[in-house]
Parts: sequence; C-alpha cells; structure tokens
Amino acid sequence: MNINATLLAQTIMFIMFVWFCMKFVWPPIMQALTERKKLIADGLAAGERGKHELELASRRATESMHDAKQKAAEVITQAEKRASQIIDEAKTAAKEEGDRLVAGAKAEIDQEVNRARETLRQQVADLAVAGAEKILRREVDAKAHADLLTALKNEI
Amino acid sequence: MSGETQTSAEYIKHHLQNLTYGQLPDGSWGIAHSAEQAKEMGFWAINLDTTIIAFVLGSIFLFFFARAAQKASAGVPTGLQNFVEWVVDFIDTSVRGSFTAKNDMVAPLALTIFAWVLLMNLMDLVPIDYLPLIAHAAGLPFLKVVPTTDPNATFGMSLAVFVLVVFYSIKMKGLGGFVGELTLQPFGKFGLPANIFLEGVNLIAKPISLALRLFGNMYAGEMIFILIALMGASWAGATFGSTLLFGSQVVLSLGWAIFHILIVTLQAFIFMTLTIVYMDMAHQEHH
Repeated sequence: MNINATLLAQTIMFIMFVWFCMKFVWPPIMQALTERKKLIADGLAAGERGKHELELASRRATESMHDAKQKAAEVITQAEKRASQIIDEAKTAAKEEGDRLVAGAKAEIDQEVNRARETLRQQVADLAVAGAEKILRREVDAKAHADLLTALKNEI
Repeated sequence: MSGETQTSAEYIKHHLQNLTYGQLPDGSWGIAHSAEQAKEMGFWAINLDTTIIAFVLGSIFLFFFARAAQKASAGVPTGLQNFVEWVVDFIDTSVRGSFTAKNDMVAPLALTIFAWVLLMNLMDLVPIDYLPLIAHAAGLPFLKVVPTTDPNATFGMSLAVFVLVVFYSIKMKGLGGFVGELTLQPFGKFGLPANIFLEGVNLIAKPISLALRLFGNMYAGEMIFILIALMGASWAGATFGSTLLFGSQVVLSLGWAIFHILIVTLQAFIFMTLTIVYMDMAHQEHH
C-alpha cells in the first residue's frame, strides 16, 4: 500500500466522473423532478378550481331551478285567471245569446198569435156573413155591404 | 482457501498487494511480481486493479444514471428511472440540508461521491477469493478487489475535494479573505503563528481525515474478511476441528458481510456528507 501515480489517476477519474454527472446526469433528472412537482401542484390547483366551479354551478342550478319554479307558478296563476275570464265571457255571451233567442221566439210567438187571431177573425166574419146570408136567404152583396162587413169584422 | 503452498502470512500479504504496473528494476516496464518490486517502482507506477475496477464501477454508475436521465420525463416514472430519481432526491435533500450557498456543482459532486464510493465499497461483499482466483488463472500475480482499500483511491478523491474547497474558499472570500481566515483567527493578528498552526492543521486535516476514514474502515473490513477466510484455509481433512473451523467461517463471513453492508453504506454517506459540509464551509464567511 504505497502511494503512487494511482493517486493522480484516481483524482483525474473522479473529476471526470463529477463533470459527466454534472453535465449529463443531474440536470435532466432534476428538471424532470421539478417539472413533475409543478405538474402535481398544477393538477391539485386545477382540482381545487374544478371543485369550486362545481360548487358555483350547483348553486347556479339551484337558483335557476328556483326561478323556473316561480315562473311556472306565475304562468299557472295567469292561466287560471285567464281561464276563469274566458269562462265568464262565455257565460255572458251565452246568456246574451239566450236572451236574444228568447226575445226572437217571443216576437215570433206574438206574430203567430196575431196572425192566428187575424185568421180567426176573418173566419168568424166569414162565418157571420154566411150565417146572415142564411138568415136573409139571399146573398149579401159583399160589395154593397162592404162597409157593413168591415165594421162587423172589426167588432169581433 | 487459496493455494496449498501458502502460509497464512503469505495469504494475507497476497490479498493486500495491488497489481502494480511500473518500471521494473531491470529498466523495462511491466507488472510487479512481489511487494518489494512494487515498492521499488516508486511514485511513477500505477495500481491497475484499483484504477480499472474504479473506472468500471464509475462507468456503470454513470451509464445507468445517464440512461435514466436521458429518458427522464415529468410523467409517471418506472423501473430504473424510479430508482435513479429516488437516489437523486435523497442526495438533493442531503445537500439542501447542509449546503446553504448556491452552487450547481455540489449536488452532482455529492451524487458522484456517494454512488461511486458505495459501488467501490460493495466490492468488499464479493467473496474474497473469487476475483483474485480468476485473475490468477488469467496470469495476474495480484488483485486487490476493493478500490477503497487502496489509499491512492481515497486520497485521490479527497485531494480533488480539497482542491475544490480551497478553490471555492478563494473564489468566495477572495485571496485576502482566505489568507485572513488562515492567519487572523482565532487569536487576532498578534497570535499569528498560533493561528497559522491551528488553522493550517484544521485545513490539512480535512482531506487527510476524509481519505483515512474511508480507507481505514474498508481496509479493516477487508482484513477481517481475510482473517475469516483463513479459518477454512486450514482445512486438513474431515476432522472435527477442520469442520468446526469451516462452519465458523461460513457463519462469520455471513455475519460480517451483513454488518459490512451497514459500514459500506455508512462510509459512502459520511464521505459525501463531509464533502458537502466542507464545501459549505468554503462558501461561508467566517466570523
């Protein structure tokens, strides 16, 4: 175990190895490690952000659902109101129509009654004239006695 | 358990001798075939086993880590990338814990030290005779498997760390600041000689303790593996004593290996942590 030139060889070798390690081994590995650290940190941050966004979204969803419910309720109320309005209108219209019909019918009935009365009066007058003729045994000259007949008709 | 003709002392020496390449006494260059030959080569010789095994282990580390680094992405990691990221994250946490200044070099430095030292230490867990026997078959006289049991390897690293510490001390505090740190404290300018002595020891102790701690631990661990291996080496037929020794070797090897996993990891971690701390001190202003 004597000291000889191996000492120098070992020193040179050592320096070479350190240089190689410093140049080609350490930096890429360290870079990969740093990158991965950043990647993981980013991932965690993104996860956190996602969670936050999810929370916001669910809150928004609840809000919009609430809104929708309110709107639906409003629409239903309006529709109900409108429906009852329509029903009222229809009722009124139907009543008016009915009244009108009733009035028309009444007028017709009056007319019919008048006509019937007229006809009846005519027939009674005719009958009276025929009766009178029979009584007088002669024909009554309708023309000659028109005034008389008309007066009679009006009396009946 | 190796060679019948070896004595215990020879066996131990054989295991503690590096495969050294240098100038032989006759003037030609070659591999030393004995400890004495290796010693005579002086400074300009090189331990082939330490260098090559250390280089292969460092390359394995960088190969796998660079492959993972190439494919590294921010997606879900799998297999190799997962493991590499785990190690890198562990080192990064350690560095952030004790290094407060800003320097992009410290973390890769720490990673390299930890992984490389750990791999070199782990060679201790390869059964002690396997690789030397293979080397012997290949015609190599010696093979010391664990690079960190060679002080050249540990001092080589601590020397580089020391140079870095001095470099960054001067860079951060200026030459005046660095010299001032060495000379003007803790006793003020009138206690200058004492200051230089204390701070000088303090400075020099860093690389020496760094290297010797790792070397000492691994050397001692290796030594115990060798001693345990000697128990079975005294095999002399199926006698009661031999069987008992052989059984003890199996049990003790296993026990020591399991305990050694702790030491191996701990020493790699200590070397790394102290390097980080020394680098941090180099970046800090003293008060």
